[in-house]
Amino acid sequence: MGNFDAFEQGLASPNGNGRLPNGHGCPKDSPSVDNQLKFSAPAYTEIRTRRCNAKAAAESKNASSSTYHPERKVLLNGHAAAAREHKSECKPNQAEGKLSPEMEHYQKTSFEEVPMHTACLTYLGFYLLMILGYINQLLFVPKVATEKGREGYVALYDAFESFYSRYVYRRIKDCWNRPICSVPGDELTLKDRVTDDYGWSFKFTGTETRCLNLGSYNYLGFAAATGRCADESEERARDAGLAYCSSRCELGNNAQLEELEKLTARYFGVEDAIVFGMGFATNALNLPSLLGPNCMVVSDEKNHASIILGLRLSGATIKVFKHNNMRDLERVLRDGICYGNTKNGGKPWSKVMIIVEGIFSMEGSIVRLPEVVALKKKYKAYLYLDEAHSVGAMGSHGRGVTDYYKVDPKDVDILMGTFTKSFGSAGGYLAGSKKLIDFLRTNSHAHCYAGSISPPIAQQILTSMKTIMGEDGTETGRNKIMQLARNTRYFRRRLAQLGVITYGHEDSPVVPMLVYLFSKIGAVVRTLTTRHIAVVGAGFPATPIMEGRIRFCLSAAHTKEQLDYALEVIDETSDDLGLKYSRKPRDPNPIEY
Amino acid sequence: MAVIQLFNEIGTIFRNTPTFALVLEIFLLITVIWLLLHKRGGGRRRRFTKEEEDFIIENYEPEPLVGETDPDHPLLRTRLVASKVGKRINVDGHDCLNLGSHNYLGFLEDQDILEEACKSLRKYGVGSCGPRGFYGTMDVHLELEERIAKFMDLEEAIVYSYGFSTVASAIPAYAKRGDIIFVDEGVNFAIQKGLDASRSTIAFFKHNDVKDLERLLVEQEKRDQKNPKKALKTRRFLVAEGIYMNTGKICPLPELVALRKQYKLRIFIDESVSFGTLGKGGRGVTEHFNIDRDEIDLISAGMEGSMATIGGFCVGSHFIAEHQRLSGLGYIFSASLPPMLTQAAISALDRFEREPQIFEQLQAKAQLLHQIFSRFSKLRLCGDELSPVKHLYLAIPGETFDAERKRLIDVADKCIARGVAVVEAAYLQNRERKPVRPSIRVAVNRLLEEAEISAAFEIIENVSSAVL
Repeated sequence: MGNFDAFEQGLASPNGNGRLPNGHGCPKDSPSVDNQLKFSAPAYTEIRTRRCNAKAAAESKNASSSTYHPERKVLLNGHAAAAREHKSECKPNQAEGKLSPEMEHYQKTSFEEVPMHTACLTYLGFYLLMILGYINQLLFVPKVATEKGREGYVALYDAFESFYSRYVYRRIKDCWNRPICSVPGDELTLKDRVTDDYGWSFKFTGTETRCLNLGSYNYLGFAAATGRCADESEERARDAGLAYCSSRCELGNNAQLEELEKLTARYFGVEDAIVFGMGFATNALNLPSLLGPNCMVVSDEKNHASIILGLRLSGATIKVFKHNNMRDLERVLRDGICYGNTKNGGKPWSKVMIIVEGIFSMEGSIVRLPEVVALKKKYKAYLYLDEAHSVGAMGSHGRGVTDYYKVDPKDVDILMGTFTKSFGSAGGYLAGSKKLIDFLRTNSHAHCYAGSISPPIAQQILTSMKTIMGEDGTETGRNKIMQLARNTRYFRRRLAQLGVITYGHEDSPVVPMLVYLFSKIGAVVRTLTTRHIAVVGAGFPATPIMEGRIRFCLSAAHTKEQLDYALEVIDETSDDLGLKYSRKPRDPNPIEY
Repeated sequence: MAVIQLFNEIGTIFRNTPTFALVLEIFLLITVIWLLLHKRGGGRRRRFTKEEEDFIIENYEPEPLVGETDPDHPLLRTRLVASKVGKRINVDGHDCLNLGSHNYLGFLEDQDILEEACKSLRKYGVGSCGPRGFYGTMDVHLELEERIAKFMDLEEAIVYSYGFSTVASAIPAYAKRGDIIFVDEGVNFAIQKGLDASRSTIAFFKHNDVKDLERLLVEQEKRDQKNPKKALKTRRFLVAEGIYMNTGKICPLPELVALRKQYKLRIFIDESVSFGTLGKGGRGVTEHFNIDRDEIDLISAGMEGSMATIGGFCVGSHFIAEHQRLSGLGYIFSASLPPMLTQAAISALDRFEREPQIFEQLQAKAQLLHQIFSRFSKLRLCGDELSPVKHLYLAIPGETFDAERKRLIDVADKCIARGVAVVEAAYLQNRERKPVRPSIRVAVNRLLEEAEISAAFEIIENVSSAVL
């Protein structure tokens, strides 16, 4: 939690200690400092309220309540059409640029602090679970597979790790790895399963539940079993088969992949790009080629596991800065460059690289890119931007955070992202200068050793990317981007109005809702499932112990009716389970879609 | 008053203390003060002033992000495949007999598998849009895992979405800092990366040399006797490949298993090549040597060879394999395998079970090709008879590996122009643990005919005699 304290103080403290870090590192010279200090947390809400008042539309929440239900699909189509009519006033996810970028970011980002008693209860609850687990372990013979035929061996697993997964995680194990048997589109079909032995094992009941899908990373709604993408993928599979059984450097290269690389480069407006078959491997298997032992990496503390693995493989010195905290980033950079490689007698670093993500998947926050770019230039560092979640979902052209902030993509040395999410496919890319990509073609582990992308998978990326770019001659791509932006703002504002605590930036389609207590993660996920909504929970160790959360991922495929239905259910559930922790003043006015 | 009394007290204490104690105490006091002040004065390093820092930053010149790439680098010039991959393949505009793709069983051309995959596409769409934990688990994934476990007659399988990441994630899920891993030095690059990620102590033994392994084990035993406390916490692993991708040789599994028992090792076998190719039923190197699969702790394999799809899996006892669902990084943090490719793997397993004769057909072809290809005058064949992967090295070693590679590329290019697709094995020489000798890697396809193999032999022989 400590990292967010500083963040919050930055908003609220009037004494200058909590002054907002600023891209140039010397806030005294900046004319906007005085303005910055005026914005305390309540002021932030006031601004929002005023803006909403001015625009307040007649349409209100009761006009549409409970017309949607995942099991009543017929109603939906009519409403979807109605919802699409007033698209004209909708804005894409785009930084507005009315205020200085730092200012705007602060207005739109929220990491509300947890109330004291909830914090105490969370810890208490967690320790209670641990104690119960220990008692359980002592009293009952664990009903768990034991190792056979390996007597006298050193124990394979760490004692705490296996205790945690058996006696703590098992209690809410049913909330993860839930099998589905449909397209992970706006809705999905869960295969129902039950457990007779408190989570040790599961059995299928044979029944299915249709749920509204707020869990998949289908940001632009390209996950579909029909339509252009699916048709072209099938055609391609029939033409070229399902795989190449070879790496790109042997007999796995083809014109389609070369086209995909050219298109990707064009999509981002950079010289060249290279694509790989797995997003995780794009980070884990390419960072080691770019970095060596005498390099310093400044990495955000909330960076994804694939980045951390890649860095570990590279042997570079890793320094972590506080999540999205530019002042801390500057401090780490400055210290690092001034004192050099202390393990090597203060020798200057051969390279310094900043690694950040576009949208942080667990926090829902958006990187403060313009400031990062300014710092990168000031300290002559290189910038690696992981856009796994933001590509497609951010910016008026769906090109990610560079598009969102209108930052020149060439200012980012390495653009990385995945095709799994917005493009509804699989794989990842790296984009940048020709020199960089040529280097990767001759040094990338994945390019040389791993199998090349399957033709239908590559085709899905090609078709969806062309759709987003409008090269298919329709407005579909643009409409999807608009729809996602609109859904995101509406959903986030409505949640804030309900009084639950959400983290992150108001334009981020990843919406974490804080429930804090470990057991509440399970309670919310289960309750929402009975109400036909599929959501994702995240708790320790994926998040700090304190910050158990439910994550909603919005999609362009969602309609207003679906979101209203979800919000209504979340409202009721939050009342029942006591999730309305927020102490910020709530917007009394209906939120405009 | 009280103050005076206090002073008197202190005076009495001083007077009653022996001199040496007094001196000692004063000395201690000085030491404490010195330590405190010294720490505050900047610890080990001196802090720079702001001006000095600015000066250093001003003058800091980093190396370029990447070095210049030689425009003639062999990896920059990749061949273009313009057809569906099967027994025939169109490479750079030439229609060729395919001796390069790892499509051992010829499933890439199988119409039934394709149909079923397309049917799956129409049910689930293309991507899975999420990791396994977050609604990325589809019923096909569970079915595939169950089927693999049943096929291998083991308790549990776990499916990864990328062949490379399978073994590279599996090793660090178990082996941690402080553990020791004994590894054959011929292992493929994915295993090497898994070893790096584990941060364990790595002991390499000579390729397929059980004696050398035993030597290392004895050394370790001596170390353990010296430090029995540490030995109680050190997990020992043995990692080998069923058939080595880089040499085409089969590992001496019975000897390895004997050593496993003797020295209490946990043995991991990567069967990316041997799964679906060795053994009567295609169950890999364990079936080949008729070894009970319980003797092996974990078997991993890519599905990018005999199964002709994408991804990989690990299979073993429930106790072992289940652990990866919470610790296999490439499993947890990656989107799951696209459902249509999962379906292709299920359909491939169907074929494995329905037509077990395909494995003997493949092995017969591998033997046949081995016999014929042993007769090259300028190239030396390497690899096991039964292995579907074989390497052709220059019979007379070149001066450097670079020179050898250039000549092999030349041979491969000319063979392709004359209708036989063979390629030199691609390695990142500077990133491998130690440089790998360049070779042409030949992959056997079950569908090859004897006449085709002989014709290919003629062409390669003619080309290599002319070029080398």
